Amino acid sequence: MSKKYDAGVKEYRDTYWTPDYVPLDTDLLACFKCTGQEGVPKEEVAAAVAAESSTGTWSTVWSELLTDLDFYKGRAYRIEDVPGDKESFYAFIAYPLDLFEEGSITNVLTSLVGNVFGFKALRHLRLEDIRFPMAFIKTCMGPPNGIVVERDRMNKYGRPLLGCTIKPKLGLSGKNYGRVVYECLRGGLDFTKDDENINSQPFQRWQNRFEFVAEAVKSAEAETGEKKGHYLNCTAATPEEMYERAEFAKELGQPIIMHDYITGGFTANTGLAKWCRKNGMLLHIHRAMHAVIDRHPKHGIHFRVLAKCLRLSGGDQLHTGTVVGKLEGDRQSTLGYIDQLRESFVPEDRSRGNFFDQDWGSMGGVFAVASGGIHVWHMPALVAIFGDDSVLQFGGGTHGHPWGSAAGAAANRVALEACVKARNAGREIEKEGRDILTEAAKHSPELAIALETWKEIKFEFDTVDKLDVH
Amino acid sequence: MPFKSTVGDYQTVATLETFGFLPPMTQDEIYDQIAYIIAQGWSPLIEHVHPSRSMATYWSFWKLPFFGEKDLSVIVNELESCHRAYPDHHVRLVGYDAYTQSQGACFVVFEGR
Repeated sequence: MSKKYDAGVKEYRDTYWTPDYVPLDTDLLACFKCTGQEGVPKEEVAAAVAAESSTGTWSTVWSELLTDLDFYKGRAYRIEDVPGDKESFYAFIAYPLDLFEEGSITNVLTSLVGNVFGFKALRHLRLEDIRFPMAFIKTCMGPPNGIVVERDRMNKYGRPLLGCTIKPKLGLSGKNYGRVVYECLRGGLDFTKDDENINSQPFQRWQNRFEFVAEAVKSAEAETGEKKGHYLNCTAATPEEMYERAEFAKELGQPIIMHDYITGGFTANTGLAKWCRKNGMLLHIHRAMHAVIDRHPKHGIHFRVLAKCLRLSGGDQLHTGTVVGKLEGDRQSTLGYIDQLRESFVPEDRSRGNFFDQDWGSMGGVFAVASGGIHVWHMPALVAIFGDDSVLQFGGGTHGHPWGSAAGAAANRVALEACVKARNAGREIEKEGRDILTEAAKHSPELAIALETWKEIKFEFDTVDKLDVH
Repeated sequence: MPFKSTVGDYQTVATLETFGFLPPMTQDEIYDQIAYIIAQGWSPLIEHVHPSRSMATYWSFWKLPFFGEKDLSVIVNELESCHRAYPDHHVRLVGYDAYTQSQGACFVVFEGR
């Protein structure tokens, strides 16, 4: 029987609060942490979020009756308390698959974190997690290469990869910049990285940088006998310029390029990832602006969602924080989202902040990149936390070595290999870290000096964003 | 006063990827690494190459991968046999992971001259 048009304003919960609903395997599920305005019932808040992020408008409209809105609407199907927090609660919402364009992360985010975040009935809103259904995942290309292919291309096995960002991050000429790249790579690093701020500034235009860096990479490979790479930042003002830079990196025979996926945007990122797949190029992903979005515990988007979105949009390496260094990052929460980058199935585990079972199917994995304020003393903890499928990047911890970047690089490489060897031999590397590094330094004056240089430095501030656990 | 610098000169070294920055392993240390490979459920395999081709993707297999081998001494003996047969070649040990189709471990045990 057809419905009747009844103009006016209805409560959201009449339509969008469906506690009996059993989500379908093809539904896209989301968990929001909601903090409503005082006096608004939880069910109404949850229903409002479901409505405003899917088919709803504040007023009933006649044209709704031209379609079967029950087929297309998002549904708030569960509400849960947030442990230790009286004013907020979790709302679980199921969205039908047909609300989203195939392969478009941009479309998913425009819906889920669009207008609803400015909605007046809410004081705060945070998207904690998304369960992407397999039916959607199979429409995304994902990482251009994935962990296995990257290892094969770079000939790096059985250990984390080692990198560093070139410093000073701004102001070096192309030739001087290439020199620093060369020093790091000849000293034993696998990768060096353009700082995210480096695009194509007056002191160093991109073409000039690319040429000198390419020579540095080739020289270091010839002299060390190992495969090397430098993340050439292709982030640019327009997609056309981005592709032009990527094409030139390929022409120079370089193995890897770089993109900033949040400032650059998901559309640009997905396009560049597809270009990388087609052109046999690895893709390193930086995450500038993420902390604006993910740091507040009650508002924004948790980084695990941004990490999942990146895996779908495409990238072979993604920055994840270090847990131990100068930047924000809770250990359990970080472990939770690096699983989302690397594993083929991640079970629901609230102690790691994962709200849903997430099946990634055959999608390739993304290396977790730990970078920022880390040095040799952190090595045992980093190897224990991040495992082999990671890139550990020491900027100040490389260039700040009293003998220079090459010696700093060698110190890090010795420390890394000593930790991996000890781990394989069954030692508890976090507990025995000091002994392992001290033993290794006996064979490496570079490491001995590095251990002396950084022995006092600690970054022990509490994290702002903690997991909600009892 | 004579010039005395505290800054050392770092000389570039040619290395062979993982563990290339550590001193050669002792027999016991090699045993530990083989035990690790086997404990992970990986298949040990041995490859060798003349140093002039060390950057090539494909090194020659020594026999076939030792699928299902659990005896450490078998692998040690095979490493030594390979080294005896090709004394001037690099010899590396790989822990092959069939699940990921990748190498969970890979390092040079004997360096050729």
